[in-house]
Amino acid sequence: MWTDLVATPLFGVTLTLVVYLLAQHLYRRVKNVWANPVLVSIVTIILLLKGSGIEYHDYARGGDILLFLLGPTVVALAVPLYQRRKVVWQHKRPIILAIFAGSLASILSACGLAWILGGSREVILSLAPKSVTTPIAISIVEKIGGMAPLTAAIVVLTGCLGAVCGPEFCRLIGVTSPVATGLAVGTAAHGIGTARMFEVDRLAGAVAGLAIGLNGLMTTFLLPILMAFTNF
Amino acid sequence: MLDLPIPGNVLGMGLLLLGLMTGLVDIKWLEEAAELLLSNMALFFVPAGVGVMVYGDLIAAEWLPISVATILSTFVVMAVTGKLAQKLETPEQDNVD
Repeated sequence: MWTDLVATPLFGVTLTLVVYLLAQHLYRRVKNVWANPVLVSIVTIILLLKGSGIEYHDYARGGDILLFLLGPTVVALAVPLYQRRKVVWQHKRPIILAIFAGSLASILSACGLAWILGGSREVILSLAPKSVTTPIAISIVEKIGGMAPLTAAIVVLTGCLGAVCGPEFCRLIGVTSPVATGLAVGTAAHGIGTARMFEVDRLAGAVAGLAIGLNGLMTTFLLPILMAFTNF
Repeated sequence: MLDLPIPGNVLGMGLLLLGLMTGLVDIKWLEEAAELLLSNMALFFVPAGVGVMVYGDLIAAEWLPISVATILSTFVVMAVTGKLAQKLETPEQDNVD
């Protein structure tokens, strides 16, 4: 009976939902950015699958259903972007130029460092959209030929890192304005960083939220151009 | 269908934004649905991350480039974006502190 249940999509969906709800509960209790629910859920599910000997393939039947919802979620990012169009327009120059520079810096530094350290082509490509929010990053990586699950893990880690160290790091290097800090953390650490910025300052959070969508768009366009340029 | 380098969902986001800006789409039609998706977005990341277990061997073999690039590049992006944004925001106030 157990094996029959594992073979249905219901298994992956239920497992993900239960673990995620518990992880969210834990995050609220411990209030530590490193207890990020996404990170905790991923690690827990992998350990559970490995421990019980259930194949990833069986989990993915249900997991893929949830993964599909990332598509419409990206389309939905247009809504907060539209709602904040006035703030965007006021700060359009710093916003567009700084996110563009950040997007370029992300691709070049991540791929460049991995290349210098002897990373394989697949790994280098998987690192390219690391600062972009997961749904867009996965679409990008599937297009250019990296490994989507590796990208997903890297993106989540990047987000946690930016959320934990972002505001403090910005102060350290002399970036103090809310708009500049929001742009820096939102561009580098997408949704997870944005959530942290909302705790620090509302304007910084709004601008960071905007950086998610814009950085996603810019990286989408920049990456194929850079790949054609460098013949990679 | 069309061989564009842009993922379909990003194209969708652009088209929806265009629709909202031109008034063809009323924000009331989808505000609630969009809010529901965006506030639960983190959940959809989970299956994507679990997939990494299939690549365990590759990650073990290339842990150094993966971890160094991920960590250093995150700080590079914050420094570049933050510094440039602050400079552009207050170009004439460079000496005021």
